[in-house]
Amino acid sequence: MNLGRVIGTVVSTQKVASLKGVKLLIVQPLDENLEPAGEPLVASDAQQAGPGELVTFIGGREAALPLPEPFNPSDATITSIVDEVSLD
Amino acid sequence: MKIGKVIGNVVSTLKLDHYVGEKMLLVKLLDPDGTETTETLVAFDRCQAGKGDVVLMIDEGNSARMVLGTGPTGVVRAVCVGFVDSVNIYKADPASFGS
Repeated sequence: MNLGRVIGTVVSTQKVASLKGVKLLIVQPLDENLEPAGEPLVASDAQQAGPGELVTFIGGREAALPLPEPFNPSDATITSIVDEVSLD
Repeated sequence: MKIGKVIGNVVSTLKLDHYVGEKMLLVKLLDPDGTETTETLVAFDRCQAGKGDVVLMIDEGNSARMVLGTGPTGVVRAVCVGFVDSVNIYKADPASFGS
């Protein structure tokens, strides 16, 4: 999993049937200092994350598993909303 | 498997059901020689690791599901599974091994 921040939403009407009802968000991956690390990506949302929220997201095959229809073409999904990152 | 250094904790309340009770660690991946890479991962903990520990970790779903015992639908990938005591890099040219 990686840390990320929700920086936007994506609206798509015509899409694969297995992604119907799935919210799509733009997530900026972050490093440990919560600075941007890498390019923003589109992630599906399994946690009702809102704009600006700090989240963890998972990539790969696992991204498909939390969504309502498990056989779907998602390669990044938000899995938790982060309350706190402590480095001490 | 990967080698990483634990640099912090991630605390979350709103999360997937099978994440409840699991500690989430922030891990900086290391090169074999111990230098830090730019890559940071959020990983679950199966070896009671704390800040500063150099850990052996997996970043692959099937192994992670097996270690964490989540069953086939576990949404997990990165898990710390052991501590690294030492790493030894051979100085000789690997191409000469076995000759």
